[in-house]
Amino acid sequence: MNLTTALARLLIFPGLLFAVPAAWFFLWVERKAVALMQGRVGPPFMQPFFDFIKLLGKSTPPRSGVGGLLMRAWPLIAVSAAAGAVGLLPVLPSSGGFEGDLILLLALLELPSMCIIAAGFSSRSIFGEIGSAREAVLSVAYNVVFLLAIVSIAASQHTFRLESLAALPASPMRWLGVLALLVCLPAKLHLNPFSLPNAEQEIYSGPMVEYAGPELAMWELSHGLEWVAATGLVATLAAPYITIWWLAALVFVGLMFAIVLALSTLASATARLAIDTTVRFYWQCTLIFAVLAVSSALFMRLRS
Amino acid sequence: MNLWNKLMCYSRRHSPWLFHMNSGSCNGCDIELVASLTPRYDAEQLGVRLEGSPRHADILCITGPVTHNAVKAIHTVYDQVLGPKAVVAIGSCPATTNVFIDSRTLDGPLNKHIPVDVFVPGCPPRPDAIIQGVAKAAEILAARGNNPPATEIVIAETPAEVQP
Repeated sequence: MNLTTALARLLIFPGLLFAVPAAWFFLWVERKAVALMQGRVGPPFMQPFFDFIKLLGKSTPPRSGVGGLLMRAWPLIAVSAAAGAVGLLPVLPSSGGFEGDLILLLALLELPSMCIIAAGFSSRSIFGEIGSAREAVLSVAYNVVFLLAIVSIAASQHTFRLESLAALPASPMRWLGVLALLVCLPAKLHLNPFSLPNAEQEIYSGPMVEYAGPELAMWELSHGLEWVAATGLVATLAAPYITIWWLAALVFVGLMFAIVLALSTLASATARLAIDTTVRFYWQCTLIFAVLAVSSALFMRLRS
Repeated sequence: MNLWNKLMCYSRRHSPWLFHMNSGSCNGCDIELVASLTPRYDAEQLGVRLEGSPRHADILCITGPVTHNAVKAIHTVYDQVLGPKAVVAIGSCPATTNVFIDSRTLDGPLNKHIPVDVFVPGCPPRPDAIIQGVAKAAEILAARGNNPPATEIVIAETPAEVQP
């Protein structure tokens, strides 16, 4: 991959030029799906865009010292990490990539939630700190399953390179891994029933409580980009390998849309679970599932 | 007015985020405010979102006749809402203190303490009236931008009753 293609991937497709409108679109789909499930009409199509522009025009509270500097930095780090994760997705066939880019993608996907934890604690608000503590506990619970699912997929197909994973025919092991990833997505995207860290009714949106104006706009954008990156990862692993580039892009976007719709419907149909129930769910039910996947993947690898 | 300002104006009009505050209300207006977000009235079509934190809000919705205990809280919350902002007084209580007038526990009406942009009269006002008040406040917000609040007061008329 030379510099031009790398830049084109980061800035145009599937990078920023595609990802930012896609992020707003997915945020709209999320709200619209919830509204339709509740029998409402819901927000207009351009709503997340209007929200973003309006937030850019609001003022921010004065912040001083290192704490203030950090509070300004966290949303920017989160946005750049999520945008980088989207840029790594191998949507177009033979678009490059390097050995081990799956690991970098996972690290970049994890960075926004780290930023949320840090932002809640640096805001010094009691609600922010509770939200951050919950986010930390949740992240420990689902990440074990999430990482084991990725490891089982990579082990069964002998590669950590996204491009080759997308090109290889899917094995039954991979479908098991994709299913485990899908179970983790609601927690990763803070959706019901695992929306404890930003619970609107109990802790006033948690770590975001002290953020306002352009900083809040960056958080909204990073949340949208996380949607694109996380659903894009699952779409990459689940999509069939197509060499015609426009068809590949179309299938990719269609799959992402389907996942967003399914997750939003699940979010509107369920209520928020308590933290102990959430942790128990991930540790007891899904961990067994993920450990099975990894052990059978390793077994298959030893046998072959 | 250049393109960016026009876009900003349009966005402000289409994305009013509310923060709801009770200053000693009987809960009647609070119930009606929440009812305006329910499926029958669905204020989200106008981009309305009820926020938990005053930091996120554009429009401060205050119900209740302003008790002595609430005055300090009103000032704190008003300062926490960041500019450009608007204030909507929901119900007859914040406008006139209603039936509690001359009570020794009150320090109302609301515009003694903070500048109010829109009054929505009624005891309690219908959800349609509240939505109209919020829409008017969003228009005022868009027209005003970052300038200080004007002294002119808008009274939202109760729309003709629509029987469901």
